Amino acid sequence: MSDHDGLLELGQRAVEMSPADETEVIVSRGASGLTRYANNTIHQNVTQASTALRVRAAFGRRVGVATANDLSDEGMRRCVKRAADIARHQEENEEYLGLPGPAEYAKVEADYGGSARFSPEDRAAAVREIIRVAEADGLTASGAFSTGGSAMAIANSKGVAATDTGASADINVTMTGPTSTGRATRTAMNVAEIDAEEIARVAARKAVESADPIEIEPGEHTVVLEEDAVGDLIGQLGWMGFGGKAFVEQRSFMSGKIGQRVCGENITLYDDGLDPRFFPWPFDYEGVPRQKVMLIENGIARAVVHDRTTAARAGVAPTGHALAAPATWGPFPGHLHLVPGDSSVEEMIASTERGLLVTRFHYTNAAHPIRTELTGMTRDGTFLIENGKLTRGVKNLRFTQGVLGALSEVELIGKRTRIAEGSLVPALKVRRFRFSGATEF
Amino acid sequence: MEELTRLAVDAAKEAGASYADARYVCTRQESVATRNGLVEGLTSSESRGVGVRVLVGGAWGFAATSDLTREGIIGTARLAVRVGRASATALKEPVELADCDPIVDRVETPYDKDPFEVPLEERIALLLDCDRIMAQSAEVSLREGRLRCVREEQHFASSEGASIAQERTETGAGIEATAVGPEETQTRSYPGTHGGQMMTRGWELVDELDLPSRAGEIAREAEELLKAPHCEPGTEDVIIDGTQLALQVHESCGHPIELDRVLGTEASYAGTSFLTPDKLESEFRYGSEQVNITADATLPGGLGSFPYDDEGVPGQRVDIVKEGIFSGYLTSRETAPRIGLRRSGGAMRADGWESIPLIRMTNINLEPGTWTLDEMIQDMGQGLLLRTNTSWSIDDKRLNFQFGTEIAYRIEDGQIVGIVRNPTYTGITPEFWGSVDAVQNRDGWVIWGVPNCGKGEPGQSAHVGHGVSAARFRKVRVGVLEEK
Repeated sequence: MSDHDGLLELGQRAVEMSPADETEVIVSRGASGLTRYANNTIHQNVTQASTALRVRAAFGRRVGVATANDLSDEGMRRCVKRAADIARHQEENEEYLGLPGPAEYAKVEADYGGSARFSPEDRAAAVREIIRVAEADGLTASGAFSTGGSAMAIANSKGVAATDTGASADINVTMTGPTSTGRATRTAMNVAEIDAEEIARVAARKAVESADPIEIEPGEHTVVLEEDAVGDLIGQLGWMGFGGKAFVEQRSFMSGKIGQRVCGENITLYDDGLDPRFFPWPFDYEGVPRQKVMLIENGIARAVVHDRTTAARAGVAPTGHALAAPATWGPFPGHLHLVPGDSSVEEMIASTERGLLVTRFHYTNAAHPIRTELTGMTRDGTFLIENGKLTRGVKNLRFTQGVLGALSEVELIGKRTRIAEGSLVPALKVRRFRFSGATEF
Repeated sequence: MEELTRLAVDAAKEAGASYADARYVCTRQESVATRNGLVEGLTSSESRGVGVRVLVGGAWGFAATSDLTREGIIGTARLAVRVGRASATALKEPVELADCDPIVDRVETPYDKDPFEVPLEERIALLLDCDRIMAQSAEVSLREGRLRCVREEQHFASSEGASIAQERTETGAGIEATAVGPEETQTRSYPGTHGGQMMTRGWELVDELDLPSRAGEIAREAEELLKAPHCEPGTEDVIIDGTQLALQVHESCGHPIELDRVLGTEASYAGTSFLTPDKLESEFRYGSEQVNITADATLPGGLGSFPYDDEGVPGQRVDIVKEGIFSGYLTSRETAPRIGLRRSGGAMRADGWESIPLIRMTNINLEPGTWTLDEMIQDMGQGLLLRTNTSWSIDDKRLNFQFGTEIAYRIEDGQIVGIVRNPTYTGITPEFWGSVDAVQNRDGWVIWGVPNCGKGEPGQSAHVGHGVSAARFRKVRVGVLEEK
């Protein structure tokens, strides 16, 4: 990946071009590739190299933002001028606090290995292994394998100077049989952690073992949720109300609940952008140092994440979770962790007299955010559990369920965690989970 | 622009591509966002670059860059060919493209008033005016407004000799009022959600919407919803108006007719489709005889309208459902031959310079019927009128769906007698569309813009449209959310 110190110099140069009272510049570069396959063939294969410049300029409390992707001096000058010009046309924003000053950032050693250098040929080789597994079982493979790296720098006229780099690798495999599908995924910082053949075998086994699925009546069922399903629920919780803006506007399930029980006492959830296992990034998009934030501790609501604006409204310290200006959505928890327990998926299944194993959810959407109610479908490997064993594949079901309600009914928590659907989570066994409908496959 | 795309195509051919196309895209956007009397966001953005797509050994490769130097373009073209060679190592059958006449043209979508020329002070003043009106409702604690204009300049060149310059201008606007109560928030939007309304038009759209005229009404409805009865579970007859029906059409018809999805290309992401090709041959009944659905990229002002798609194929009108019978797909040069078509239906579009084109919806429209809305309500007797989408979900073959709307109006004895909060409804696509027994006439027909249609890996967002008026559905399951 490019030298991120080069980006800081570019950002500082752009700051110096600005006529505004205060100026903040974010410069980023990224290079990524994604190899996509379907019907046992690579059908889409893309690479992209991108640059981005975001300038926030302020005259007093009149703020304008401009973005561009031309990092030449002329390109940066035009972008800075646009930001300043529109700031001049602005109204005063009484919530604007001015830009932050310089800060010290945590040094986190992160292992990205060769993710940024992984080539189109390397990805194609992995996909060929996946296709071999599919063909051996008479299945059709589809999915995507992406790798890439990025660097970002933030500079402002108050002296903020922050830079960092990152990389990632992500693979998903869906195996399709005549009457069923199965899926497995891995998200990793270091591409060496991804064993494409093994992931393909997991997906293939799910597709084979869920063949000829039966219908199950919707209603309340005990469920064992694998990590991808849990990650989906936890990530949606983040969108629905762990951000400070919804909190201060009384639109969050956490509003008015700090210090109160909101779910089971075996549930602890926090956000930690400094965890070396989970794409650490030591500063937010204003250059404020990121803090670990305990959100729910043993079922008790403790805090939400804040940027400087929402922190000022809430009367607390900012936690370093600002998104890029103008940040109209507010601060966001990008590193959710659900604390693991001492069980395993196998133990959860063995302990269940009758229930369902859910591999993942599909198209989840908030039906009532302040009650944390989501709806969505099961998909790609849903199984009936009877007397401690997986017995049959099950046709997919629609759920309509409050996430905090589900987290109040957790009987067992997995000891293994992995990055799934953007959060670091274990599997869960939930005593009662409401399915409101079913589909035909 | 043309020099860049021609350079890319020539470099790709020299590197070994049997087919190459390149798109230079420059997208400019300006947006204004207000919240509770403050201008929260005033943003100007610009992004430009070149995407090069190639066929090598029968397989696709793609590379994109924002480095518009000669070296940058040539290097990107060569990288696209390298990527294509990697694809060819896992290829079952070589890609074959339907014929396409290489077009040379330069077009711009028309508008009356350039939105970029409207002074920023005027745009801000409009939204703050709405804010002041909404602020008169005491329980409305969150007032939001948005304005957005987009201009996309593109040049497309292909190794077959196509050279097409296009410029599209889009404008969008909307306001929202949210009332907050204990454990409950209620939002009303005008003219709709997802940022309001957006069309391939100029500022004249904003003038026509007349946002201030509806600001007070939506604020009052948000307040009233806090006290309204909850939507009880049951089976009811429902009328769904365009501000919700647009998304119903989008999810349950627009996506399942994308032929690439039907053929499995999205199987790992959003899924496949229940509208398999055998259903086209067998004249599958998608809905009642009242249901006529078209895909039309030629509609003036539609957000899904364009002169040429991103393969250089002219935008077209295609019948999708005729009198309830499934009749057609959205197609591309690669997929059209798979169902025996000689030509593409011109539905390939990419999200900016950095993405490959995929089959995307154009304007997917429920053609108007013959009823007035008043007639539909009076004739109905008992039921609900659902308005303005707030939540959405559908399964991965586009069968089982569930939607929520901001508000429902209770109808008794053919009259609106009150409002209902948290309305939801669910169903199975062909059963649902089979229950249509009335479609509103052209009086209520609006092409609603949906600017955030997601598809593909990496994810892309497309601007699409849906021309709809209201329709009536019988015996629909409602009230899925449990009242606590």
